[in-house]
Amino acid sequence: MDILQLFVSGLANGCVYGLIALGFVLIYKATEAVNFAQGDFMMLGAFITLGLTNDQFWGLPFWISVPIAIASMGAFGYLLDMLVLRRMFGQSQVALIILTIALGFVLRFAAGAIWGHEPISLQSPIAGRDVRFGGLVLGLDEVWVIFVTIFLTVILYFYFNRTRLGVAMQAASQNQLAAYYMGIPVKRVHSLIWALSGMVAAVAGILFASKGSIDPSIGLLGIKAFAAAVIGGFGSLPGALLGGIIVGLIEPFASYYIAAGYSQIMPYLLLFLILVFRPHGILAQVHRKKV
Amino acid sequence: MSPLLEFRDVTLRFGGVVAVNKVSFSVEEGEVFALVGPNGAGKSTVFNLISRFYEPAEGEIIFAGEDLLRHPPHDIARLGIARTFQNIELFEQATVLQNLLVGRHRHRKTRAWSEVLFTPAAREEERRHREAVEKVIDFLDLQAYREKYIAGLPYGVRKVVEMGRALAIEPRLLLLDEPASGLSVEETQDVAFWVEDIKKQMGVTVLMVEHDMHLVSAVSDRVLALADGKTLALGTPHEVQNHPKVIEAYIGVADESEKVLA
Amino acid sequence: MRTVFKTSYDADIDYFRHGMHAFWYLALLLIMIVLPFLMSPFAIGEVTNVLIWSIAGMGIMLLVGQTGQASLGHAAFLAVGCYANVLLQNAGLPFILSFPLAGVIAGLAGVALAIPTTRLHGIYLAIATLAVSILADDLIVVAEPLTGGINGLLAPTIEIFGLPFDRYGTPGRFYWLVLLVTVLVVLAYRNIQRSPLGRSFAAVRDSEISAQAMGVNIARTKAVAFGLSTAITGLAGALMGHFAGIFNNETFTIIISIQLLLMIVIGGLGSIHGAFFGAIIVALLPQTISTLRDGLGDILGTTIRVPGMESAAFGAILILFILFEPMGIYGRWIKIRTYFQLFPFYRKDMFRRQKSYLKTERMR
Repeated sequence: MDILQLFVSGLANGCVYGLIALGFVLIYKATEAVNFAQGDFMMLGAFITLGLTNDQFWGLPFWISVPIAIASMGAFGYLLDMLVLRRMFGQSQVALIILTIALGFVLRFAAGAIWGHEPISLQSPIAGRDVRFGGLVLGLDEVWVIFVTIFLTVILYFYFNRTRLGVAMQAASQNQLAAYYMGIPVKRVHSLIWALSGMVAAVAGILFASKGSIDPSIGLLGIKAFAAAVIGGFGSLPGALLGGIIVGLIEPFASYYIAAGYSQIMPYLLLFLILVFRPHGILAQVHRKKV
Repeated sequence: MSPLLEFRDVTLRFGGVVAVNKVSFSVEEGEVFALVGPNGAGKSTVFNLISRFYEPAEGEIIFAGEDLLRHPPHDIARLGIARTFQNIELFEQATVLQNLLVGRHRHRKTRAWSEVLFTPAAREEERRHREAVEKVIDFLDLQAYREKYIAGLPYGVRKVVEMGRALAIEPRLLLLDEPASGLSVEETQDVAFWVEDIKKQMGVTVLMVEHDMHLVSAVSDRVLALADGKTLALGTPHEVQNHPKVIEAYIGVADESEKVLA
Repeated sequence: MRTVFKTSYDADIDYFRHGMHAFWYLALLLIMIVLPFLMSPFAIGEVTNVLIWSIAGMGIMLLVGQTGQASLGHAAFLAVGCYANVLLQNAGLPFILSFPLAGVIAGLAGVALAIPTTRLHGIYLAIATLAVSILADDLIVVAEPLTGGINGLLAPTIEIFGLPFDRYGTPGRFYWLVLLVTVLVVLAYRNIQRSPLGRSFAAVRDSEISAQAMGVNIARTKAVAFGLSTAITGLAGALMGHFAGIFNNETFTIIISIQLLLMIVIGGLGSIHGAFFGAIIVALLPQTISTLRDGLGDILGTTIRVPGMESAAFGAILILFILFEPMGIYGRWIKIRTYFQLFPFYRKDMFRRQKSYLKTERMR
């Protein structure tokens, strides 16, 4: 039973990593930018929900704060692209990476200034309860995380394949110029992608905050999610989830079978090996430059 | 005497597409040899095969008795083959002088540690490199741009710098990929003179891809026409231009483009 | 604007372009040498810190600015240099041997990292080096018998020919030691820039394809760049250990790696000046902020305590630079200098086409 519980909690962690990774990949696919602040987006989404819900702040009902938090993270993503990132057009990928790293520093500081640096728990109705399946006792939060992730994946799948805007986003990511000529407003699509990834980050943040207490430095989790995205295959949406789940599962099993210190080491060791032997990830999409 | 460069039944496939199909030709020492053909005929692909950027599925490429396929891409310059690129691949954040000096890389004899310490031997060698590069600068009239960064230079000058960088290698065989594309009539005339001088004064063999048939007829000794990766005709510029298959290939292409438009 | 008439190849090869150029740099060096007589021990400590960061900055600059390979893992090599030096010293080796050896070991570690990663570009290389930095942090903890784990190690006092060099005991002497290393690294960097090695780095940075066609062995060139870069960084790490006195895994976290990269971007990629400008910002920012905060607190009559202020200010400065001056402080300096040299003929779009160094790597 130990193994199964380890598996479920690893899976739940992995889903959170996967959702953050999904945010990276959404943006990377569409705009070639790599958002190193995705983890801090997640943190911000969690804190907005917490600020709205918890009694010491606004004290709104949980089910009202959730949509507000998701919507405000969407607006944040949209405005960030529109006001800041659009100026970066034509600059190198690494300049954008550095910009988003710096943005992460600023967001972490802002969150600390508003909500403090002490760990706080989100007053969520799904936190701290158990569900029983036969003899198996699982945290309600973990079950929720897994179901919401599956649900969100299905929605995103239909969104990208069945809706006009979703197809336009796909087109813009594959060939910006051609998409522009076909009448797709590429710039607005970019901003919408950032909005979408902000919303996904907010969901990840809410789920993460339901599993335990949070502080402004949880944004650094983004680095682990980043590893997950690369392991799965940067540029592949299913790959991001797969990578997240792999990382989530490796951690508890490494500390269970090897030693406590190794739960940190194993994901990055795997990342390094993947980069050396299969640089484009498990689900790879490779291009070659033409001369 | 054996030819300087020889293609023997070279075939290259990209997935299902045959980019180069059993192409054979040979370039003699001291001649100017041109490759012509419609877009997508496989001309630049031939260059990329010589540069070892692509691995052929079949066939042999021989240069001065050496099997090129046994060498990695960075060996090609050392063997004496220099090239330019269709879409200009200069080192953007470096000066013209530095770009030309990179061309001297194959003549580098000093080791990394002696360069870090900049020993007298390293300085002596550096002087030799600069002397050689100044000759190229004089030859191509690049004095005014010596210290300029490539990133700020106009297109025509970049083309000349790229040719200069290839000449700094002091090659036996020079590959020019569309040296006149995008140039004005005057600039194209300069290119014609330079190619002539490169052949006669420097004794360098030239293999070039070019669309401008005036330039091709003016400077080349022999011409090879390619279409769809296959050899169409080989001969003097006049023979090739009037070859029925070549005319058909060009008009056939025109026909197809008309269909697309209609 | 000065016109220099070149009469020999050496005019292009030498360190200085003309007499005045040499004069200003020698004057600067002279001032740096007499600085301990003019400043308080505390201020000298701050300047020493700036110089150590500058050495580390030149190390990463060689890789990122010169060769165009992004690295988010250089703190790992600071750590390698620092631990190697102190462990060798503890094993009984004199500093004069342990210090260069630490550089060599860090360099070899860099080559060892370069060999499997040379095929990676841009973002992928950044991630691989990021992983290395995180792994180094964890490995220091796991390798406790050697590294002291989270308790860390104490840096012993440096002794050269019987003379003690200590950050607190003899701050002036320690400063001169660091200054000497700084000057040597600057000279080595200039030598690399003016020789075939530096040009092959630039060739790899700007176009791998034509670098290959020019006969540059890409894999080897990257490995050499990694080796030299991490060796210099390792030397900085060794000095950093002695400057801090005590260090553990926390001294060399991923945040330090990121900070190193951000530092040279603020300073200006691709120039030695950029490494120094960036180091001045990084080393003096915490001081400046705390001074400002105390001043503001006095006016308001309260004490302001907001943790994370340094990194936030750093981040904000960086965002402004990337948006408005991608060439960094050095780029701005060049513009101002050109403005005065050409006065009144300066045009606004003069530097228009100078793009930043690192290019998009998505291949189509």
